Amino acid sequence: MGCGTSVRSRSPAKKSERAIRAAVLIQRWYRCSVARLEMRRRCMLSIFQSIEYAEEQAQLQLATFFTFMLDQCSHPSSTGKDWISHLFHSSSESLKSSEAHELQEYSKVDVPDSYQGLRLSFPLAISDTNALLHAFKKQQHLHARYVVQLLHETKKFLKQLPNIIHLSTSNCKEITICGDLHGKLDDLLLIFYKNGLPSGENTYLFNGDFVDRGTNSIEILIILFAFLLVYPNNLHLNRGNHEDHIINLRYGFTKEVMLKYKSHGPIILQLLQDIYSWLPLATIIDSKVLVLHGGIADTTDLDFLSSIERNKFKSAVRPPRPRSESSHSGGGHRREVGPKMSHLNSHLHPRHTTPELTAAEHKEWKQVLNILWSDPRKQKGCSPNSFRGGGCYFGPDVTSKLLKKYNLKMLVRSHECKQEGYELCHDGKVITIFSASNYYEDGSNRGAYLKLRSDLVPRFVQYQVSKCTRKLTLHQRVSAAEEAALRSLREKLYAHRSELLAAFRKYDQEETGRISSSDWALAVESVLHLDLPWRTLRSRLVRVASDGSVEYLSSFEDLKMEQPIKQVQPNLVETLYRYKTDLKIIFNIIDKDHSGLISIEEFRQTWKLFSSHLQINIDDAAIDDLARSIDSNKDGSIDFNEFLEAFRVVQKFENKAIH
Amino acid sequence: MAELQEKDSAEALVAELHKKITEAFDVFDHENNKVVDVREIGTIIRSLGCCPSEGELHDMIAEVEDEEPTGYIRFEKFLPMMTRVLLERRYRPSTEDVLLRAFEVLDQNQKGFLTKEELIKYMTEEGEPFTQEEMEEMISAAVDPDKQVLHYRDYISTMVVEER
Repeated sequence: MGCGTSVRSRSPAKKSERAIRAAVLIQRWYRCSVARLEMRRRCMLSIFQSIEYAEEQAQLQLATFFTFMLDQCSHPSSTGKDWISHLFHSSSESLKSSEAHELQEYSKVDVPDSYQGLRLSFPLAISDTNALLHAFKKQQHLHARYVVQLLHETKKFLKQLPNIIHLSTSNCKEITICGDLHGKLDDLLLIFYKNGLPSGENTYLFNGDFVDRGTNSIEILIILFAFLLVYPNNLHLNRGNHEDHIINLRYGFTKEVMLKYKSHGPIILQLLQDIYSWLPLATIIDSKVLVLHGGIADTTDLDFLSSIERNKFKSAVRPPRPRSESSHSGGGHRREVGPKMSHLNSHLHPRHTTPELTAAEHKEWKQVLNILWSDPRKQKGCSPNSFRGGGCYFGPDVTSKLLKKYNLKMLVRSHECKQEGYELCHDGKVITIFSASNYYEDGSNRGAYLKLRSDLVPRFVQYQVSKCTRKLTLHQRVSAAEEAALRSLREKLYAHRSELLAAFRKYDQEETGRISSSDWALAVESVLHLDLPWRTLRSRLVRVASDGSVEYLSSFEDLKMEQPIKQVQPNLVETLYRYKTDLKIIFNIIDKDHSGLISIEEFRQTWKLFSSHLQINIDDAAIDDLARSIDSNKDGSIDFNEFLEAFRVVQKFENKAIH
Repeated sequence: MAELQEKDSAEALVAELHKKITEAFDVFDHENNKVVDVREIGTIIRSLGCCPSEGELHDMIAEVEDEEPTGYIRFEKFLPMMTRVLLERRYRPSTEDVLLRAFEVLDQNQKGFLTKEELIKYMTEEGEPFTQEEMEEMISAAVDPDKQVLHYRDYISTMVVEER
C-alpha cells in the first residue's frame, strides 16, 4: 500500500472499524441475553420436573396411608371400623367380569338412533381406522358400545402375545419407535402425517405411556388398538408406567373416561385394567435392540421376565395380590378379613402388608417395576430411584453388563421428557425417545421419533406441535411456559406456608420480616426439598429489598384461597390444600360408582383417618364443622370434586389481568 | 477493627458469589457429578451477568479446560476463575445507552431502524458473526414481520424490561 492512499481512506476505514465495533457489541449483548433466556428455560424445566417427581413420590407414599387404613380395619376397637367394613363389603363383585359376561356387556350397551357418530364393524378394516382418525380430528367421540367391543377384541389379541416381542427389520423396510404420548393426540396425528399411517409397509412400535396428562388419552388408545387389530404385524405396543389404573387416578385418565363416557366409564376402565396387564413388557428388534419403557436394574433378567405371568400385575406400583387370595375370590369359605383385604388390595397398593407374597412373587413384581420405572444415570451402579419413589437409577456399567449378557447393541427407552425429544447416554448405548411435544407447557420441549433400518443406526425425527399459526419467538415461548412453572411453584409455597414461616423466622430472630437471600434459599429448600436453583428464582417468587435482602412474607401476599367455607381453621385449609390430590384419589376410590358424590360420614371418617395418619392435629369439631358446611343442601352427600377444586390458590393480580 | 469488618464483608461477598456460581453450574450439571458440557459453559458464564466476546470466552474456557480436553469442564476449576472474574467485575454488560449508540452507528442514515437485510449483513459478516441459527432466532424475535425492519430503540427497551 502506498502512503498516498492511506490518507484518503482513513475516514471510511475508521467508519467501518466503528461499524465492526458496534456489531461486536451488539453480538456480545445478544448472546448474553440469549444465555440468560436459556438459563430461565432450564430453570423452568427443573421446576416442572421436580414437581412432577415429587408428585410421583406422593403417589407412592399414599400407599402407606392405605396400609394404615387396612390396619385400622383389622383392629376391632377402631372407630372407623364400621365405615370401612361397609366400604369393603359393598365391593362390587359385579365388576369382576368373566369373558362371557363382558361379551354381554357391550351388546347390552344400546346405541340410540340419534347417534350421528362413527359406527365400527368388526373385524375392523382399514376403512374403520381411517374413519376413526377422521372423526377424532373433528373432535367427535366414539360411542361406548364400540369402545367396549374394541377393548374386548384388543384384550383377546394381547392375551396371546408373549411378554417380550421379537421383531425383525428384514420383514419391513424400517421400524419407527415412538415414546410417551400422554394423551396428546395432536402429536400422534403429526407423527402419522409426517411418517405415514401404520400399514403392511410401515411398522410402528409405541413404547408405553399412551395415557394421562393430555386430554385425548382414550382417543389415542382407540386409534392404537384399532391399528393393532388391523395390522397386528405392523403395530406393536410396550407397557409404560402410566398403563396402570392407580396412576390414572392421579394423572387424569380416569377422570377423562368418566367425563366422556359417564355411565359406561366404569366398564371401560375395568376392561382397560385387564388390557394394561396384558400389554407386552418389552420388544427386541433383530435380536440386537432392546426396547422397553423405563430402564433396567442390575438384577434385570430377560429370560425370567419372559417366563412370568405378566397379567398378574394390574398395577405395577404395588405387589400383586397373593395367589392364595385371588383364587378364593370366587366365593366359598373366607376368613373374616380376607375378602376385605382382597378388595382393598385390588384397588390400592399397600407395600408392606403382603405377608402371603412369596419370595418368587416379590421377585417377579420387582422385575416388572424396574423395567417400567427406572432412569439411566451417568454414575456407575444401581440405586433406588428416590426422586420418583419407584424403580431405580442404572449406570453405564449396568447397561454394558446387560447388553453383553444378551448380546445386544443398545437399549431404547422413554419415560423421561427431553428438551429435544431424544437424548443419548451411556456412550450412545442408551437412547431416550419421548414423543409428547410441549409436555409440561406450550414450548417446553420438542417431541421425536426414531427410525431403525437393518443397519440399526438410529435416525431421529423431531417435531413440535404448534397451536398458533405465527411462530412464537423463543422469548415468548419461554416466558409463557415459565409463568406456568412459577405458578405451580407459588402453589407449592402456599401449601407449605406454616412450615416455611417457621423456617424463615429461625433466620429472623428480630422479626424484621427480612432475611438474606442465602438464608431464604436454605429455608425454602429445607421445607420443599425440590432441589431447585432458588437464588436464581428468588426475584420471581418474593420481593427483594434494595439491600438484597428478601421480604419473605411477600411470597404469600399475592395469593388467596378461593375459600368456600368461612368457619374452618386456617391450618385446616392449608392442609386440605396440600393434600388435595391425595384426598381426591382416596375419595375417588370410596366413590365406587364414580358419581362424584360421597356421604358426609364417609368424608368425615376418611379425613379423620387421613389426618391421624399424617399426625396433623386438627380437632374433631373442626372437621365436623367442615363436613357440615360442605353439605350445603343438607342431603347428606357431598360433591368432593367441586369441594376440592374450590381450594385453589389464585394470584390476585393475575385475576385482575384476565377480567 | 474497620479492617476486620472489611475483611469479613469481603469474605461474605466471596461466599455469596460461590453460592451463585454453584447454583448456575448445577442447573447444567445434569448428572450431579460436578461437570458440565464445555458447549454449555458459555451459557453459564453469560447467565451470571458477564458479557465476554467469543474470543474472550474462548480464553476463559482454555483456562479451565483440562490439559487433555474431555469435552467437559470440572466445577473445581471453573469456580475460582469465575469468582475472580466476577470480583474484578470484568466483561460487564453494556448499558442501554451504549447499546443504542451501537445500533445508531449501523443505522448510517439515522432512519431509526435497520432493515432485515442490513441486520443480516452486519450480524453475519462483521465482528464475531452469528450462526444461521442465532440469526434466525434474532430475526424472529426482533424484526417486524410485516415491515421487515428492526426498530432498535423499541427492541432494546422491551428486552431490558423483560430481563428485569
